[in-house]
Amino acid sequence: MNSDTTLGLFYTIIRPEEKWILEAAAARGLQVERLADDEITFPLERNGFKSDVVLNRSVSHTRSLYALRFFEHYGVPTVNPYDVVSLCGDKILASLALQKAGVPTPRTIVALTPEAALRALDEVGYPAVLKPPIGSWGRLMAKVDDREEAEQIIEHKAALASPMHSVFYVQEFVPKPERDLRALVVGDEVVAAMYRQSSDWRTNAARGAETVALHPTPEMEELVHQAARAVGGGVLAVDLMEAPDGLVVHEVNPTPEFKALTAATGVEIAAKILDFTLEKVAR
Amino acid sequence: MTQCPECEANLQLNDMIAGEIFSCTDCGVELEVSSAQPFAVAIAPKEQEDWGE
Repeated sequence: MNSDTTLGLFYTIIRPEEKWILEAAAARGLQVERLADDEITFPLERNGFKSDVVLNRSVSHTRSLYALRFFEHYGVPTVNPYDVVSLCGDKILASLALQKAGVPTPRTIVALTPEAALRALDEVGYPAVLKPPIGSWGRLMAKVDDREEAEQIIEHKAALASPMHSVFYVQEFVPKPERDLRALVVGDEVVAAMYRQSSDWRTNAARGAETVALHPTPEMEELVHQAARAVGGGVLAVDLMEAPDGLVVHEVNPTPEFKALTAATGVEIAAKILDFTLEKVAR
Repeated sequence: MTQCPECEANLQLNDMIAGEIFSCTDCGVELEVSSAQPFAVAIAPKEQEDWGE
């Protein structure tokens, strides 16, 4: 690795995470090609594209998927690769991969129509959680306490324009303490982990949850690695809950935010992600 | 120095880079640095349905 290497940073907006990555790149003497996802255009043949490796930091799932396909088509390695992002970005596909790998996850049933969603909720039992298959930050998720509420929420969701709101990801409500756990994996290493505490059942840091560093137990660490491997590995944030029978993985995020995790742990996560990305450059 | 497009507050920020997101200190609206030199800002892109981590 040397200063001849050009890092492509594919992004939507520059948050502290992206700024730290750019600072870490500057500290390593790297050239950076900034690839704003609302400006870049993609010819079918590589033309004038300088990057030796691309780090995807776009917050848009749709833009990420097409862009990663193009970068790979141009022969450029990406972090994370298309296959990992497409799998993790869709909760249904991610749940299938986790289940296949034997990773404990909350009980989940998928339904493709509002009518079937009601049956799925009855099967899972109340309270249950309804999630959109794509999207995050806890948006448009609903905790459903009984059938009457289910009918109302499903009617509202079915009225939303996107067909994705007529696909219903129904999950058991896990009676957990008022916190969940997040671990960030970079390649073979769990680089940092924290509790996210909130009296809201959604413990996303983006929703204002308090964050506290934690040292993963060997059990948690093994589970995190298992979940990361199940989706193809790379830079991943694995979210876990403390269910009555032990830890369960409920989400694996392929383009994780890490501002709160950096603040809670003091770990230089941006530098670790950058170094992992640079290892992907073809030698 | 530039003005917030929402509330016209004077904004003077240092060490900002193009694309960076910040909140207007007066009205709190989310802004994006559209240019670092000269310093210019625009309303930040609106969160879309498929956005997330």
